[in-house]
Amino acid sequence: MTGRYRDNPDAVRALVRESEVHRDVYTCPEIFALEMERLFANTWVYVGHESQVLNAGDFFTTTIGSQPVLMVRHEDGVVHVLYNRCPHKGTRIANETCGNTGRFLRCPYHAWSFRTDGSPAAVPLPSGYDDTGFAGSVASRGMTPVRCVHNYRGFVFARMADGGPSFDAYFGESLSSIDNMVDRSPAGRLQVAGGVLRYMHNCNWKMLVENQTDTCHPMVAHMSSAGTAVDLWKRAGEPMPRPMAVEIFAPFISPYEFYEKMGIRTWDNGHGHTGVSHSIHSNYSAVPGYFDQMVAAYGEQRAKAILDESRHNTVYFPNLMVKGPIQLLRLFKPLAADKTLVESWTFRLVDAPDLLLERTLVYNRLINAPTSVVGHDDVEMYERAQEGLRADANPWVSLHRLYHPNEAAFAIDNGTTERQMRNQFRAWARYMG
Amino acid sequence: MISRDDVVGFIYREARLLDEQRFDEWLDLFTEDGRYWMPLEHGQTDRRLTASLMDEDMLLLRIRVERLNGLRTYSQKPKSRCHHVLQQPQIDVFDPDAGRMSTWTAMHYVETRQERQDLYAAWATHDLTVANCALRIRMKRVDLVNCDAAFGNIQLFP
Repeated sequence: MTGRYRDNPDAVRALVRESEVHRDVYTCPEIFALEMERLFANTWVYVGHESQVLNAGDFFTTTIGSQPVLMVRHEDGVVHVLYNRCPHKGTRIANETCGNTGRFLRCPYHAWSFRTDGSPAAVPLPSGYDDTGFAGSVASRGMTPVRCVHNYRGFVFARMADGGPSFDAYFGESLSSIDNMVDRSPAGRLQVAGGVLRYMHNCNWKMLVENQTDTCHPMVAHMSSAGTAVDLWKRAGEPMPRPMAVEIFAPFISPYEFYEKMGIRTWDNGHGHTGVSHSIHSNYSAVPGYFDQMVAAYGEQRAKAILDESRHNTVYFPNLMVKGPIQLLRLFKPLAADKTLVESWTFRLVDAPDLLLERTLVYNRLINAPTSVVGHDDVEMYERAQEGLRADANPWVSLHRLYHPNEAAFAIDNGTTERQMRNQFRAWARYMG
Repeated sequence: MISRDDVVGFIYREARLLDEQRFDEWLDLFTEDGRYWMPLEHGQTDRRLTASLMDEDMLLLRIRVERLNGLRTYSQKPKSRCHHVLQQPQIDVFDPDAGRMSTWTAMHYVETRQERQDLYAAWATHDLTVANCALRIRMKRVDLVNCDAAFGNIQLFP
Protein backbone atom coordinates (compact mmCIF):
# COMPACT_ATOMS: atom_id res chain seq x y z
CA MET A 1 0.00 0.00 0.00
CA THR A 2 1.39 3.34 -0.91
CA GLY A 3 0.16 6.59 0.46
CA ARG A 4 1.17 9.92 1.77
CA TYR A 5 2.68 8.69 5.02
CA ARG A 6 4.03 5.13 4.86
CA ASP A 7 7.40 6.00 3.40
CA ASN A 8 7.56 9.53 4.68
CA PRO A 9 8.44 9.71 8.38
CA ASP A 10 8.89 13.48 8.13
CA ALA A 11 5.29 13.84 7.03
CA VAL A 12 4.13 11.70 9.95
CA ARG A 13 6.15 13.69 12.46
CA ALA A 14 4.83 16.94 10.99
CA LEU A 15 1.32 15.92 12.05
CA VAL A 16 2.25 16.67 15.65
CA ARG A 17 3.24 20.21 16.52
CA GLU A 18 4.17 21.45 19.97
CA SER A 19 0.59 22.41 20.74
CA GLU A 20 -1.49 21.31 17.76
CA VAL A 21 -2.17 18.06 15.93
CA HIS A 22 -3.28 17.58 12.36
CA ARG A 23 -6.74 16.07 11.82
CA ASP A 24 -5.25 13.17 9.85
CA VAL A 25 -4.21 11.55 13.14
CA TYR A 26 -7.94 11.01 13.77
CA THR A 27 -9.37 10.57 10.31
CA CYS A 28 -6.82 9.04 7.95
CA PRO A 29 -7.08 5.24 7.35
CA GLU A 30 -3.40 5.10 6.36
CA ILE A 31 -2.35 6.64 9.66
CA PHE A 32 -4.59 4.16 11.44
CA ALA A 33 -2.88 1.26 9.67
CA LEU A 34 0.51 2.68 10.61
CA GLU A 35 -0.63 2.99 14.22
CA MET A 36 -1.39 -0.72 14.26
CA GLU A 37 2.01 -1.57 12.81
CA ARG A 38 4.18 0.90 14.68
CA LEU A 39 2.45 2.14 17.81
CA PHE A 40 0.49 -0.91 18.96
CA ALA A 41 3.25 -3.33 18.00
CA ASN A 42 6.03 -1.48 19.80
CA THR A 43 4.38 -0.32 23.01
CA TRP A 44 3.30 -2.37 26.04
CA VAL A 45 -0.44 -2.86 25.60
CA TYR A 46 -2.81 -4.16 28.26
CA VAL A 47 -4.12 -7.64 27.51
CA GLY A 48 -6.09 -8.72 30.57
CA HIS A 49 -5.98 -9.50 34.27
CA GLU A 50 -4.59 -12.74 35.63
CA SER A 51 -7.77 -13.34 37.66
CA GLN A 52 -9.48 -14.00 34.34
CA VAL A 53 -7.24 -17.05 33.88
CA LEU A 54 -6.89 -18.37 37.43
CA ASN A 55 -6.37 -22.06 36.63
CA ALA A 56 -4.18 -23.95 34.18
CA GLY A 57 -5.97 -24.10 30.83
CA ASP A 58 -8.11 -21.00 31.49
CA PHE A 59 -8.11 -18.68 28.50
CA PHE A 60 -9.40 -15.22 27.59
CA THR A 61 -9.63 -13.92 24.03
CA THR A 62 -9.04 -10.29 23.12
CA THR A 63 -7.10 -8.06 20.75
CA ILE A 64 -3.88 -6.07 20.84
CA GLY A 65 -4.45 -3.27 18.36
CA SER A 66 -5.92 -5.12 15.40
CA GLN A 67 -4.37 -8.47 16.35
CA PRO A 68 -6.51 -11.33 17.69
CA VAL A 69 -4.82 -12.96 20.67
CA LEU A 70 -5.64 -15.20 23.58
CA MET A 71 -4.25 -15.07 27.08
CA VAL A 72 -3.92 -18.55 28.54
CA ARG A 73 -2.45 -20.04 31.72
CA HIS A 74 0.00 -22.88 31.13
CA GLU A 75 0.34 -25.92 33.38
CA ASP A 76 3.39 -24.35 35.07
CA GLY A 77 1.30 -21.32 36.07
CA VAL A 78 2.83 -18.92 33.55
CA VAL A 79 0.37 -16.75 31.59
CA HIS A 80 1.07 -16.81 27.85
CA VAL A 81 -0.29 -14.59 25.09
CA LEU A 82 -0.72 -16.36 21.73
CA TYR A 83 -1.94 -15.14 18.38
CA ASN A 84 -5.40 -16.68 18.10
CA ARG A 85 -4.92 -18.42 14.76
CA CYS A 86 -4.23 -21.99 13.74
CA PRO A 87 -0.85 -22.17 11.97
CA HIS A 88 -2.51 -24.44 9.40
CA LYS A 89 -5.34 -22.48 7.74
CA GLY A 90 -5.69 -19.50 10.04
CA THR A 91 -8.81 -20.67 11.86
CA ARG A 92 -9.46 -18.82 15.10
CA ILE A 93 -8.88 -21.49 17.72
CA ALA A 94 -10.37 -20.06 20.90
CA ASN A 95 -13.78 -18.77 19.88
CA GLU A 96 -15.38 -17.83 23.17
CA THR A 97 -14.47 -14.85 25.32
CA CYS A 98 -13.28 -17.10 28.11
CA GLY A 99 -13.26 -20.72 29.18
CA ASN A 100 -10.98 -23.63 30.02
CA THR A 101 -9.27 -25.55 27.24
CA GLY A 102 -7.66 -28.25 29.37
CA ARG A 103 -4.07 -29.14 28.57
CA PHE A 104 -4.40 -28.51 24.85
CA LEU A 105 -5.76 -25.99 22.41
CA ARG A 106 -7.32 -27.95 19.58
CA CYS A 107 -8.27 -26.51 16.21
CA PRO A 108 -11.87 -27.48 15.36
CA TYR A 109 -11.10 -27.64 11.61
CA HIS A 110 -8.43 -30.38 11.26
CA ALA A 111 -7.66 -31.26 14.89
CA TRP A 112 -4.18 -29.83 15.00
CA SER A 113 -3.46 -29.41 18.67
CA PHE A 114 -1.12 -27.30 20.75
CA ARG A 115 0.03 -27.03 24.33
CA THR A 116 -1.06 -23.96 26.24
CA ASP A 117 2.30 -22.30 25.64
CA GLY A 118 1.60 -22.55 21.89
CA SER A 119 4.03 -25.36 21.16
CA PRO A 120 2.81 -28.09 18.77
CA ALA A 121 1.36 -31.24 20.34
CA ALA A 122 -0.08 -33.31 17.48
CA VAL A 123 -1.17 -33.25 13.85
CA PRO A 124 -3.36 -36.13 12.50
CA LEU A 125 -1.76 -38.42 9.89
CA PRO A 126 1.68 -36.91 10.50
CA SER A 127 3.45 -39.07 7.93
CA GLY A 128 1.73 -37.01 5.24
CA TYR A 129 4.11 -34.21 6.13
CA ASP A 130 7.31 -36.22 5.73
CA ASP A 131 9.70 -34.63 3.25
CA THR A 132 7.27 -31.84 2.40
CA GLY A 133 9.26 -28.98 3.90
CA PHE A 134 6.69 -28.72 6.68
CA ALA A 135 9.29 -29.47 9.36
CA GLY A 136 11.08 -26.22 8.59
CA SER A 137 7.98 -24.09 8.17
CA VAL A 138 6.49 -21.54 10.54
CA ALA A 139 3.39 -23.72 10.71
CA SER A 140 5.34 -26.56 12.29
CA ARG A 141 6.24 -24.43 15.28
CA GLY A 142 2.68 -24.23 16.59
CA MET A 143 0.69 -21.20 17.64
CA THR A 144 2.87 -18.12 17.53
CA PRO A 145 3.36 -16.56 20.95
CA VAL A 146 3.71 -12.88 21.70
CA ARG A 147 7.13 -13.23 23.26
CA CYS A 148 7.24 -10.11 25.41
CA VAL A 149 4.63 -10.57 28.13
CA HIS A 150 4.79 -8.98 31.57
CA ASN A 151 2.48 -9.66 34.51
CA TYR A 152 2.60 -6.64 36.79
CA ARG A 153 0.73 -7.32 40.04
CA GLY A 154 -1.90 -9.25 38.08
CA PHE A 155 -2.13 -6.89 35.10
CA VAL A 156 -0.89 -8.63 31.98
CA PHE A 157 0.70 -6.48 29.29
CA ALA A 158 2.31 -7.53 26.04
CA ARG A 159 4.57 -5.99 23.42
CA MET A 160 4.22 -7.64 20.03
CA ALA A 161 7.61 -6.50 18.74
CA ASP A 162 10.55 -8.52 19.99
CA GLY A 163 12.70 -5.44 20.50
CA GLY A 164 11.99 -2.22 22.34
CA PRO A 165 11.95 -0.70 25.81
CA SER A 166 11.60 -3.01 28.79
CA PHE A 167 8.31 -3.00 30.69
CA ASP A 168 9.80 -1.08 33.61
CA ALA A 169 11.53 1.45 31.39
CA TYR A 170 8.34 2.00 29.40
CA PHE A 171 6.01 2.59 32.35
CA GLY A 172 8.43 3.79 35.06
CA GLU A 173 6.82 5.69 37.91
CA SER A 174 3.38 5.54 36.33
CA LEU A 175 3.00 2.03 37.76
CA SER A 176 2.30 3.73 41.10
CA SER A 177 -1.34 4.11 40.01
CA ILE A 178 -1.72 0.35 39.51
CA ASP A 179 0.08 -0.15 42.82
CA ASN A 180 -2.43 2.07 44.56
CA MET A 181 -5.38 0.21 43.08
CA VAL A 182 -4.00 -3.17 44.16
CA ASP A 183 -2.92 -1.91 47.59
CA ARG A 184 -6.53 -0.93 48.30
CA SER A 185 -7.24 -4.62 48.78
CA PRO A 186 -6.40 -5.72 52.33
CA ALA A 187 -5.07 -8.90 50.71
CA GLY A 188 -3.16 -6.98 48.03
CA ARG A 189 -5.11 -8.71 45.28
CA LEU A 190 -7.77 -7.82 42.72
CA GLN A 191 -10.30 -9.96 40.89
CA VAL A 192 -12.12 -9.00 37.74
CA ALA A 193 -15.77 -8.96 38.81
CA GLY A 194 -19.25 -7.85 37.82
CA GLY A 195 -19.05 -8.14 34.03
CA VAL A 196 -17.66 -5.90 31.31
CA LEU A 197 -19.57 -3.03 29.69
CA ARG A 198 -18.85 -2.79 25.96
CA TYR A 199 -19.68 0.47 24.20
CA MET A 200 -19.20 1.14 20.48
CA HIS A 201 -18.09 4.61 19.39
CA ASN A 202 -17.97 6.00 15.86
CA CYS A 203 -14.84 8.02 16.47
CA ASN A 204 -11.08 7.69 16.66
CA TRP A 205 -9.67 5.90 19.71
CA LYS A 206 -7.40 8.83 20.64
CA MET A 207 -10.38 11.11 21.24
CA LEU A 208 -11.35 8.85 24.11
CA VAL A 209 -7.84 8.68 25.52
CA GLU A 210 -7.57 12.47 25.44
CA ASN A 211 -10.92 12.79 27.17
CA GLN A 212 -9.58 10.91 30.21
CA THR A 213 -7.55 13.93 31.28
CA ASP A 214 -9.84 16.58 29.79
CA THR A 215 -11.04 18.43 32.87
CA CYS A 216 -12.70 21.33 31.07
CA HIS A 217 -15.58 19.27 29.68
CA PRO A 218 -17.49 17.74 32.64
CA MET A 219 -19.16 20.96 33.78
CA VAL A 220 -20.22 21.62 30.19
CA ALA A 221 -21.03 18.30 28.53
CA HIS A 222 -22.30 16.61 31.70
CA MET A 223 -24.42 19.43 33.10
CA SER A 224 -27.43 17.78 31.47
CA SER A 225 -26.99 14.57 33.45
CA ALA A 226 -25.07 15.38 36.63
CA GLY A 227 -26.69 18.81 36.91
CA THR A 228 -30.17 17.31 36.58
CA ALA A 229 -29.33 14.71 39.24
CA VAL A 230 -28.26 17.43 41.68
CA ASP A 231 -31.32 19.57 40.84
CA LEU A 232 -33.71 16.71 41.51
CA TRP A 233 -31.99 15.89 44.78
CA LYS A 234 -32.20 19.52 45.90
CA ARG A 235 -35.86 19.81 44.92
CA ALA A 236 -36.52 16.70 47.01
CA GLY A 237 -35.18 18.60 50.04
CA GLU A 238 -31.62 17.21 49.92
CA PRO A 239 -32.40 13.91 51.65
CA MET A 240 -29.46 12.44 53.57
CA PRO A 241 -27.55 10.27 53.25
CA ARG A 242 -27.19 11.27 49.64
CA PRO A 243 -28.25 8.47 47.30
CA MET A 244 -25.22 6.70 45.83
CA ALA A 245 -26.17 7.94 42.36
CA VAL A 246 -26.17 11.58 43.50
CA GLU A 247 -22.85 11.08 45.28
CA ILE A 248 -21.38 9.76 42.04
CA PHE A 249 -22.95 12.32 39.68
CA ALA A 250 -22.53 15.50 41.72
CA PRO A 251 -18.72 15.99 41.52
CA PHE A 252 -18.84 15.98 37.70
CA ILE A 253 -20.24 19.52 37.71
CA SER A 254 -17.71 20.90 40.18
CA PRO A 255 -16.49 24.36 39.16
CA TYR A 256 -13.35 24.95 37.08
CA GLU A 257 -11.44 25.84 40.23
CA PHE A 258 -11.96 22.32 41.60
CA TYR A 259 -10.39 20.84 38.49
CA GLU A 260 -7.62 23.44 38.32
CA LYS A 261 -6.54 22.58 41.83
CA MET A 262 -6.75 18.80 41.48
CA GLY A 263 -3.61 18.88 39.36
CA ILE A 264 -2.23 16.76 36.53
CA ARG A 265 0.96 14.71 36.65
CA THR A 266 2.75 13.61 33.50
CA TRP A 267 5.37 10.92 33.01
CA ASP A 268 7.56 9.99 30.06
CA ASN A 269 6.23 7.84 27.17
CA GLY A 270 2.78 9.41 27.18
CA HIS A 271 1.56 8.35 30.61
CA GLY A 272 -0.08 10.70 33.08
CA HIS A 273 -2.96 11.23 35.48
CA THR A 274 -5.43 13.76 36.79
CA GLY A 275 -6.19 14.15 40.48
CA VAL A 276 -2.82 14.77 42.13
CA SER A 277 -4.33 16.34 45.26
CA HIS A 278 -7.99 15.35 45.04
CA SER A 279 -10.53 14.12 42.52
CA ILE A 280 -14.20 13.45 41.88
CA HIS A 281 -13.74 10.27 43.93
CA SER A 282 -12.43 12.01 47.07
CA ASN A 283 -15.64 12.49 49.00
CA TYR A 284 -17.46 9.19 48.69
CA SER A 285 -19.07 7.89 51.89
CA ALA A 286 -16.94 5.65 54.08
CA VAL A 287 -17.67 1.94 53.74
CA PRO A 288 -18.25 0.37 57.18
CA GLY A 289 -15.48 -1.95 58.27
CA TYR A 290 -13.16 -1.27 55.35
CA PHE A 291 -10.72 1.10 57.04
CA ASP A 292 -10.31 -1.29 59.96
CA GLN A 293 -9.48 -4.09 57.52
CA MET A 294 -6.90 -1.87 55.85
CA VAL A 295 -5.32 -0.89 59.19
CA ALA A 296 -5.13 -4.55 60.18
CA ALA A 297 -3.42 -5.36 56.88
CA TYR A 298 -1.04 -2.42 56.53
CA GLY A 299 -0.90 -0.49 59.82
CA GLU A 300 -2.66 2.83 60.27
CA GLN A 301 -0.11 5.12 58.66
CA ARG A 302 0.27 3.07 55.50
CA ALA A 303 -3.47 2.42 55.26
CA LYS A 304 -4.14 6.15 55.40
CA ALA A 305 -1.49 6.85 52.78
CA ILE A 306 -3.06 4.31 50.41
CA LEU A 307 -6.59 5.63 50.87
CA ASP A 308 -5.62 9.32 50.78
CA GLU A 309 -4.39 8.87 47.23
CA SER A 310 -7.32 9.93 45.09
CA ARG A 311 -6.05 9.78 41.53
CA HIS A 312 -8.80 10.42 39.08
CA ASN A 313 -7.85 8.93 35.70
CA THR A 314 -4.43 7.45 34.95
CA VAL A 315 -3.65 7.05 31.25
CA TYR A 316 -1.30 4.24 30.33
CA PHE A 317 -0.33 5.13 26.79
CA PRO A 318 -1.49 4.12 24.29
CA ASN A 319 -5.00 2.88 25.13
CA LEU A 320 -5.61 2.08 28.79
CA MET A 321 -7.10 4.11 31.64
CA VAL A 322 -7.12 3.05 35.28
CA LYS A 323 -9.19 4.48 38.13
CA GLY A 324 -7.52 3.33 41.35
CA PRO A 325 -9.97 4.77 43.90
CA ILE A 326 -12.91 2.88 42.41
CA GLN A 327 -11.13 -0.12 40.86
CA LEU A 328 -12.16 0.45 37.30
CA LEU A 329 -10.28 0.07 34.06
CA ARG A 330 -11.21 1.23 30.58
CA LEU A 331 -9.62 -0.12 27.44
CA PHE A 332 -10.01 1.85 24.21
CA LYS A 333 -9.79 -0.72 21.44
CA PRO A 334 -9.10 0.73 18.01
CA LEU A 335 -11.20 -0.86 15.26
CA ALA A 336 -10.81 1.70 12.47
CA ALA A 337 -9.84 5.35 12.13
CA ASP A 338 -13.43 6.21 12.99
CA LYS A 339 -14.47 3.23 15.12
CA THR A 340 -13.54 2.35 18.70
CA LEU A 341 -14.77 -0.28 21.12
CA VAL A 342 -14.62 0.83 24.74
CA GLU A 343 -14.49 -1.90 27.35
CA SER A 344 -15.05 -0.88 30.97
CA TRP A 345 -13.89 -3.53 33.46
CA THR A 346 -14.44 -3.58 37.21
CA PHE A 347 -12.52 -5.24 40.03
CA ARG A 348 -13.24 -6.64 43.44
CA LEU A 349 -10.78 -5.74 46.19
CA VAL A 350 -10.11 -9.18 47.66
CA ASP A 351 -11.14 -9.34 51.35
CA ALA A 352 -12.84 -5.91 51.26
CA PRO A 353 -16.60 -5.37 51.85
CA ASP A 354 -18.98 -6.10 48.95
CA LEU A 355 -20.27 -2.53 49.14
CA LEU A 356 -17.07 -1.32 47.43
CA LEU A 357 -17.70 -3.53 44.43
CA GLU A 358 -21.35 -2.50 44.45
CA ARG A 359 -20.37 1.17 44.25
CA THR A 360 -17.84 0.45 41.51
CA LEU A 361 -20.58 -1.26 39.50
CA VAL A 362 -23.02 1.59 40.03
CA TYR A 363 -20.35 4.04 38.86
CA ASN A 364 -19.59 1.95 35.81
CA ARG A 365 -23.27 1.67 34.88
CA LEU A 366 -24.06 5.34 35.46
CA ILE A 367 -20.99 6.67 33.64
CA ASN A 368 -19.64 4.10 31.17
CA ALA A 369 -22.57 2.01 29.89
CA PRO A 370 -24.10 2.40 26.40
CA THR A 371 -27.22 3.32 28.39
CA SER A 372 -25.39 5.96 30.47
CA VAL A 373 -26.64 9.54 30.46
CA VAL A 374 -23.04 10.67 30.96
CA GLY A 375 -21.70 8.44 28.23
CA HIS A 376 -24.35 9.66 25.77
CA ASP A 377 -23.07 13.22 25.89
CA ASP A 378 -19.42 12.14 25.68
CA VAL A 379 -20.07 10.04 22.59
CA GLU A 380 -21.99 12.93 21.09
CA MET A 381 -18.90 15.14 21.41
CA TYR A 382 -16.49 12.58 19.96
CA GLU A 383 -18.75 11.74 17.04
CA ARG A 384 -19.45 15.39 16.29
CA ALA A 385 -15.67 15.96 16.30
CA GLN A 386 -15.12 13.04 13.95
CA GLU A 387 -17.64 14.63 11.57
CA GLY A 388 -16.55 18.23 12.14
CA LEU A 389 -12.94 17.46 11.30
CA ARG A 390 -14.02 17.02 7.68
CA ALA A 391 -14.16 20.80 7.45
CA ASP A 392 -11.18 21.92 5.37
CA ALA A 393 -11.13 25.42 6.82
CA ASN A 394 -8.66 24.45 9.52
CA PRO A 395 -7.00 21.02 9.56
CA TRP A 396 -5.43 21.56 13.01
CA VAL A 397 -6.76 20.61 16.45
CA SER A 398 -5.77 22.89 19.30
CA LEU A 399 -3.92 21.56 22.34
CA HIS A 400 -2.69 24.98 23.45
CA ARG A 401 -4.28 25.17 26.88
CA LEU A 402 -1.62 26.17 29.47
CA TYR A 403 1.19 25.38 27.05
CA HIS A 404 4.68 26.61 27.85
CA PRO A 405 7.64 26.11 25.52
CA ASN A 406 10.08 23.30 26.34
CA GLU A 407 7.68 21.27 28.43
CA ALA A 408 9.43 18.53 30.38
CA ALA A 409 7.99 15.02 30.28
CA PHE A 410 7.81 14.78 34.07
CA ALA A 411 5.71 17.46 35.74
CA ILE A 412 2.89 18.35 38.07
CA ASP A 413 0.74 21.10 36.61
CA ASN A 414 -2.57 22.94 36.82
CA GLY A 415 -5.37 20.39 36.53
CA THR A 416 -6.95 22.08 33.51
CA THR A 417 -3.85 21.95 31.33
CA GLU A 418 -3.86 19.99 28.08
CA ARG A 419 -0.31 18.98 28.88
CA GLN A 420 -1.09 15.27 29.19
CA MET A 421 -2.65 15.31 25.71
CA ARG A 422 0.52 16.94 24.37
CA ASN A 423 2.53 14.34 26.29
CA GLN A 424 0.58 11.55 24.56
CA PHE A 425 1.17 13.03 21.14
CA ARG A 426 4.88 13.47 21.73
CA ALA A 427 5.06 9.75 22.52
CA TRP A 428 2.84 9.03 19.53
CA ALA A 429 5.19 10.91 17.19
CA ARG A 430 8.24 9.05 18.52
CA TYR A 431 6.68 5.67 17.77
CA MET A 432 5.07 6.69 14.48
CA GLY A 433 7.68 8.87 12.81
CA MET B 1 -61.96 -5.05 39.73
CA ILE B 2 -58.90 -5.64 37.56
CA SER B 3 -59.47 -8.03 34.65
CA ARG B 4 -57.01 -9.94 32.48
CA ASP B 5 -57.88 -7.60 29.63
CA ASP B 6 -56.95 -4.66 31.83
CA VAL B 7 -53.50 -6.17 32.38
CA VAL B 8 -52.90 -6.75 28.68
CA GLY B 9 -54.20 -3.28 27.83
CA PHE B 10 -51.88 -1.77 30.43
CA ILE B 11 -48.82 -3.30 28.79
CA TYR B 12 -49.83 -1.96 25.37
CA ARG B 13 -50.55 1.47 26.83
CA GLU B 14 -47.15 1.55 28.51
CA ALA B 15 -45.41 0.99 25.16
CA ARG B 16 -47.59 3.64 23.52
CA LEU B 17 -46.68 6.26 26.12
CA LEU B 18 -43.00 5.60 25.36
CA ASP B 19 -43.51 5.74 21.59
CA GLU B 20 -45.42 9.02 21.97
CA GLN B 21 -42.72 10.38 24.30
CA ARG B 22 -45.26 11.02 27.05
CA PHE B 23 -42.56 10.28 29.62
CA ASP B 24 -44.15 12.03 32.61
CA GLU B 25 -47.29 9.96 32.18
CA TRP B 26 -45.08 6.90 31.75
CA LEU B 27 -43.32 7.58 35.08
CA ASP B 28 -46.75 7.71 36.74
CA LEU B 29 -47.24 4.06 35.79
CA PHE B 30 -44.60 3.02 38.34
CA THR B 31 -44.99 2.62 42.09
CA GLU B 32 -42.74 4.88 44.16
CA ASP B 33 -40.43 1.91 44.77
CA GLY B 34 -40.72 0.80 41.14
CA ARG B 35 -37.71 -0.24 39.06
CA TYR B 36 -36.65 -0.54 35.46
CA TRP B 37 -34.02 -3.23 34.96
CA MET B 38 -32.10 -4.16 31.82
CA PRO B 39 -29.66 -6.99 32.65
CA LEU B 40 -26.23 -7.28 31.07
CA GLU B 41 -26.11 -11.08 31.22
CA HIS B 42 -28.45 -13.64 29.72
CA GLY B 43 -30.57 -15.10 32.51
CA GLN B 44 -29.10 -12.71 35.09
CA THR B 45 -30.47 -13.05 38.62
CA ASP B 46 -28.27 -10.66 40.63
CA ARG B 47 -28.57 -6.90 40.37
CA ARG B 48 -26.12 -5.92 43.08
CA LEU B 49 -22.75 -7.49 42.33
CA THR B 50 -23.35 -8.11 38.64
CA ALA B 51 -23.41 -5.16 36.27
CA SER B 52 -26.58 -4.20 34.43
CA LEU B 53 -27.22 -1.97 31.44
CA MET B 54 -29.94 -0.19 33.39
CA ASP B 55 -31.07 -0.66 36.98
CA GLU B 56 -33.12 2.42 37.62
CA ASP B 57 -35.06 3.43 40.69
CA MET B 58 -37.52 6.32 40.39
CA LEU B 59 -34.79 8.90 41.04
CA LEU B 60 -32.71 7.64 38.13
CA LEU B 61 -35.75 7.38 35.86
CA ARG B 62 -36.72 10.96 36.69
CA ILE B 63 -33.17 12.12 35.98
CA ARG B 64 -33.39 10.46 32.56
CA VAL B 65 -36.78 11.94 31.73
CA GLU B 66 -35.91 15.44 32.88
CA ARG B 67 -32.57 15.30 31.08
CA LEU B 68 -34.23 14.35 27.78
CA ASN B 69 -35.88 17.77 27.73
CA GLY B 70 -32.88 19.77 28.99
CA LEU B 71 -31.67 22.76 27.03
CA ARG B 72 -28.09 21.52 27.21
CA THR B 73 -28.73 17.85 26.53
CA TYR B 74 -26.53 17.75 23.46
CA SER B 75 -27.03 14.08 22.66
CA GLN B 76 -30.74 14.88 22.25
CA LYS B 77 -30.23 17.65 19.74
CA PRO B 78 -31.94 16.42 17.66
CA LYS B 79 -34.08 14.11 19.71
CA SER B 80 -34.25 10.33 19.49
CA ARG B 81 -37.49 8.55 18.67
CA CYS B 82 -38.51 5.01 19.52
CA HIS B 83 -40.96 2.37 18.38
CA HIS B 84 -42.15 -0.80 20.11
CA VAL B 85 -43.74 -3.79 18.41
CA LEU B 86 -45.20 -6.11 21.03
CA GLN B 87 -46.42 -9.64 20.80
CA GLN B 88 -49.61 -10.28 22.76
CA PRO B 89 -48.52 -10.06 26.44
CA GLN B 90 -48.83 -13.38 28.22
CA ILE B 91 -50.09 -13.32 31.79
CA ASP B 92 -47.95 -15.58 33.97
CA VAL B 93 -49.36 -14.53 37.35
CA PHE B 94 -52.85 -13.13 37.89
CA ASP B 95 -53.82 -12.52 41.51
CA PRO B 96 -55.35 -9.05 41.76
CA ASP B 97 -56.64 -9.69 45.27
CA ALA B 98 -53.07 -10.13 46.45
CA GLY B 99 -51.89 -7.30 44.21
CA ARG B 100 -49.64 -9.60 42.16
CA MET B 101 -49.66 -9.84 38.41
CA SER B 102 -46.84 -10.70 36.06
CA THR B 103 -46.63 -10.62 32.28
CA TRP B 104 -44.14 -11.74 29.67
CA THR B 105 -44.00 -9.91 26.36
CA ALA B 106 -41.74 -10.56 23.39
CA MET B 107 -40.96 -7.37 21.50
CA HIS B 108 -38.92 -5.59 18.88
CA TYR B 109 -37.65 -2.15 19.77
CA VAL B 110 -36.39 0.46 17.35
CA GLU B 111 -34.51 3.56 18.40
CA THR B 112 -33.63 6.18 15.84
CA ARG B 113 -31.79 9.47 15.71
CA GLN B 114 -30.56 11.38 12.67
CA GLU B 115 -29.38 8.86 10.06
CA ARG B 116 -29.09 5.99 12.48
CA GLN B 117 -31.70 3.37 13.30
CA ASP B 118 -31.04 0.45 15.65
CA LEU B 119 -33.22 -2.63 16.06
CA TYR B 120 -33.24 -4.64 19.28
CA ALA B 121 -35.15 -7.83 20.07
CA ALA B 122 -36.14 -8.26 23.69
CA TRP B 123 -38.40 -9.93 26.22
CA ALA B 124 -40.13 -7.64 28.70
CA THR B 125 -41.30 -8.94 32.06
CA HIS B 126 -43.65 -6.72 34.04
CA ASP B 127 -44.36 -7.27 37.72
CA LEU B 128 -47.51 -5.32 38.44
CA THR B 129 -49.50 -4.37 41.49
CA VAL B 130 -52.65 -2.39 42.20
CA ALA B 131 -52.55 1.01 43.87
CA ASN B 132 -55.63 3.27 44.20
CA CYS B 133 -57.58 0.83 42.05
CA ALA B 134 -55.08 1.19 39.18
CA LEU B 135 -52.37 -1.08 37.84
CA ARG B 136 -48.83 0.01 38.62
CA ILE B 137 -45.38 -1.32 37.67
CA ARG B 138 -43.18 -2.62 40.46
CA MET B 139 -40.54 -3.95 38.10
CA LYS B 140 -40.12 -3.76 34.37
CA ARG B 141 -37.36 -6.10 33.30
CA VAL B 142 -36.11 -5.89 29.71
CA ASP B 143 -33.91 -8.73 28.53
CA LEU B 144 -32.25 -7.83 25.26
CA VAL B 145 -31.70 -11.00 23.24
CA ASN B 146 -28.14 -9.84 22.52
CA CYS B 147 -27.59 -8.30 25.97
CA ASP B 148 -23.87 -9.17 25.91
CA ALA B 149 -23.12 -7.48 22.57
CA ALA B 150 -21.31 -4.15 22.22
CA PHE B 151 -23.86 -1.37 21.73
CA GLY B 152 -23.87 2.22 20.62
CA ASN B 153 -26.07 4.68 22.47
CA ILE B 154 -29.40 3.44 23.82
CA GLN B 155 -30.92 6.72 24.95
CA LEU B 156 -34.63 5.97 25.44
CA PHE B 157 -36.50 3.06 27.04
CA PRO B 158 -36.90 -0.34 25.32
